[in-house]
Amino acid sequence: MTAYNPYLLIVVFLAAAAGFAVAPLLTAWIWAKLFSPKKSGPEKNAIYECGLQSKGDAWVRFKSEYYLYGIIFLIFDVETIFLLPFAVAFTGLPVGAFIAMIVFLLLLVEGLVWAWRKGILNWA
Amino acid sequence: MNPEPQAGIDEGLRSELSKQGIFTTKLADIYNWGRKNSVWPLQFGLACCAIEMIATTMARYDLARFGAEVFRPSPRQADLMIVAGTVTKKMAPQVVRLYNQMPEPKYVIAMGACAISGGPFKQGYNVLKGIDRFIPVDVHIPGCPPRPEALIHAFMTLQQKISDQTFAGPNRPRHLDPAAPSEFPVPQFGEHDLVPPNNRNVWQPPARARHE
Repeated sequence: MTAYNPYLLIVVFLAAAAGFAVAPLLTAWIWAKLFSPKKSGPEKNAIYECGLQSKGDAWVRFKSEYYLYGIIFLIFDVETIFLLPFAVAFTGLPVGAFIAMIVFLLLLVEGLVWAWRKGILNWA
Repeated sequence: MNPEPQAGIDEGLRSELSKQGIFTTKLADIYNWGRKNSVWPLQFGLACCAIEMIATTMARYDLARFGAEVFRPSPRQADLMIVAGTVTKKMAPQVVRLYNQMPEPKYVIAMGACAISGGPFKQGYNVLKGIDRFIPVDVHIPGCPPRPEALIHAFMTLQQKISDQTFAGPNRPRHLDPAAPSEFPVPQFGEHDLVPPNNRNVWQPPARARHE
């Protein structure tokens, strides 16, 4: 006599989920095999469907400099999350909080100056 | 309505049975009834006729009464192409390509003077003189632009055409006809005109008779 295994429920759940996902796809596939009109061609099977012909390859490379750009933007974006509550509570804060925030801002600005001097902001 | 004789059952017997509350039908009739009441048009407008087409779908004219309110933004999901407006020669290849990408069975309504003949721009150098030069058109609507009632009438004409189609014979829909081409050649935008200027399999130039 085996003991009740709580993981059995997860297995049953997974099987049901897989069946739920696969059954419509399988039905559609069988339906298409049996009943769809056999009229296909290169235009009809083309991936792009806006009437225009697609040009080139979708697997193009992006410059890695873009990611540095993105990271710098993200840092200043996150900074506003700290700045907004600080600005709302500004009048009730002691001088120490103000100095701490200024130091935080200057650290970020220093990073920006460093990146600028490295030439990251020049899109060449 | 149907010029074909009722296969298997006599028309008089059929009418007699329906008086007794026994309804008989053909598989083709049920098939066509389903097809004609769920025609999904392609959401595709070319010029001012498209405004009338939009008006037709809205509440005042309400194309939804005919089961055609679902305008699909993708040719993969559309049954009907309403060519609404002027087809310039630059746009014609795209129109043919979109028609090619629609699944079978598919139908075309050429809406307005421009789509059926070039309309007021017929003498122009850059306007196609009727989309029926490249794709088979089922219903032509004259007018500049046609009123929404005219589009609804064309749609009802198309529904009648669908319900008259049979499983076999010359009147069968395209997808049941192995000889019907799956794709129509897409014209290229050439130096002076479209290359080729028309598809002779779907359109023949009108014969000119000379009277001396």
